[in-house]
Amino acid sequence: MITSTEPATTVAGDGPDAIIFKGTSSSKSRLSRDSSERLMGLVAPIGLFVLWELLADTHIIDTRFFPAPSSIASTFGTLIQNGQLLANTLISLERLFLGFLLGAIPALVIGLTMGLYRPVRALVEPLILGTYPIPKSAILPLILLIFGLGEPSKVVMVAIGVFYPVVINTVSGVLQIPKMYLDVGHNFGANRWNMFTTIALPGALPFIMTGIKLGAGLGLILIAIAEMIGAQSGLGYMIWNAWQILSVNTMYVGLIMIALVGFALTVILNEIERFLIPARQDR
Amino acid sequence: MIAAPAAPAKICFEGVGKTFEIRSGPFVAVEGINLDIAAGSFFVIVGPSGCGKTTLLRMAAGLETPTTGTITIGRARADRPGNSMIFQGDSIFPWMTVFDNAAYGLRMRNAPKSEIDDVVGHYLDRTGLTKFAKAYPHQLSGGMKQRVSIARAFANDPEVLLMDEPFSALDEQNKTLLQEELLRIWEETKKTVLFITHSVDEAVTLGDKIMVMTAQPGREKAIIDVPFPRPRKVLELRAEPAYGELVYHIWGQLRDEVLAAKAGEAADAEGALR
Repeated sequence: MITSTEPATTVAGDGPDAIIFKGTSSSKSRLSRDSSERLMGLVAPIGLFVLWELLADTHIIDTRFFPAPSSIASTFGTLIQNGQLLANTLISLERLFLGFLLGAIPALVIGLTMGLYRPVRALVEPLILGTYPIPKSAILPLILLIFGLGEPSKVVMVAIGVFYPVVINTVSGVLQIPKMYLDVGHNFGANRWNMFTTIALPGALPFIMTGIKLGAGLGLILIAIAEMIGAQSGLGYMIWNAWQILSVNTMYVGLIMIALVGFALTVILNEIERFLIPARQDR
Repeated sequence: MIAAPAAPAKICFEGVGKTFEIRSGPFVAVEGINLDIAAGSFFVIVGPSGCGKTTLLRMAAGLETPTTGTITIGRARADRPGNSMIFQGDSIFPWMTVFDNAAYGLRMRNAPKSEIDDVVGHYLDRTGLTKFAKAYPHQLSGGMKQRVSIARAFANDPEVLLMDEPFSALDEQNKTLLQEELLRIWEETKKTVLFITHSVDEAVTLGDKIMVMTAQPGREKAIIDVPFPRPRKVLELRAEPAYGELVYHIWGQLRDEVLAAKAGEAADAEGALR
């Protein structure tokens, strides 16, 4: 069952009758604390790289498997110069983006409808929960069979990965909307469309964004797998191909690039969330 | 007591009853309600908790259908919504600004932007919210949120206003302030109001007429006229001996019902333990 959880927003008790704004001084000190914490976050990876470089240069670790960061960096430079890295990254991003739209939009529409209409939920829920546990990577052979080795199979894989977390979170998001808000909608003359756009969608948005973030992560995993098996381009292909020709440096470059794409996605989605959910901005 | 000139009924309850089907069988929430609420009057229903007064209001709002009888709301203008409700507790949307919340009803019926700006601006002013038009509800205190809810209902310009214990979640000081503000805004518009409360004080402070309801099932126990002139000042009114006498009188009517409701709850709890 998709069940509703506690409402995401809790309301403080009755304070004095005044508006509660955050003081500027507290937000300023929070900012400096944030940046100092961010700096501290850099210490660990930099330390690791330095250690790695030292161990590789002194051949304490096997440089066939763990090439020195400096040599990975030079491969990185070469791959940027010959355009391979950019081309492979762009094609992966394109598949990710198209798959994201193909998965997230139907998931939103179906999720909102399921959340608002009980009969629809009863009808569709078993279908979704029944297919959800199938590992998405296990569907890849079937998808390749149906959609061939071209672009559609990759896009569909991403779409499947994005669809489930978004639809499940959207349903939960609508179900946790206090029933009173729906009463308000009916009482103030909201029609079906208004119920979707002014209540169900914004009310479920915090949950939907969580689903979208999970979906983006899953999409990234699936695009890498799909490109390793059924593609001649993309970051997944680049990593797999590097294994086949034993170019370990290229493999590391591919891994770093995927990590950067994942990191950028998280940052972008967090910014979108801040923009879309202003009511939570200063939590 | 001076009899008010007979005004035409704005809200008519005729033989209204509501029965819910619950696991243990039919549950009669309210029955046999016959009421004529005069246009422009402030009508208060007071009763013990669980007497079905909220059910009665929700039926008037069209959020529930009566099992028996009919509820008619007189329509003076076809382009006006029949009713707007001020809900109990937090009912304003946390994802909308104060202005957007107050404009909700007008937006839903596609009112022109200039009208929305004028009307919403007016009621934000009357509720002291102008400065907070762009604020979000989480930045507001409970009293402010309930003011937004009041502005939203008045701005929608309905035929009648329905209020479901709108101040029950507020502390005593806020409650008194908001009662006074509500009276001030209402006296400017003179819309017909049906107000539900469990507080006798609140009923006498606000109402022209009060219906006392019995404990479950909810029926009419008494209808009492409130003779105090308007405009009313809440604190001055409460200082008058006549006020205390009326509160005492209504409490006398209500006392047995509250005790009956308590006994019913105790029996239910005992049944659940068994």
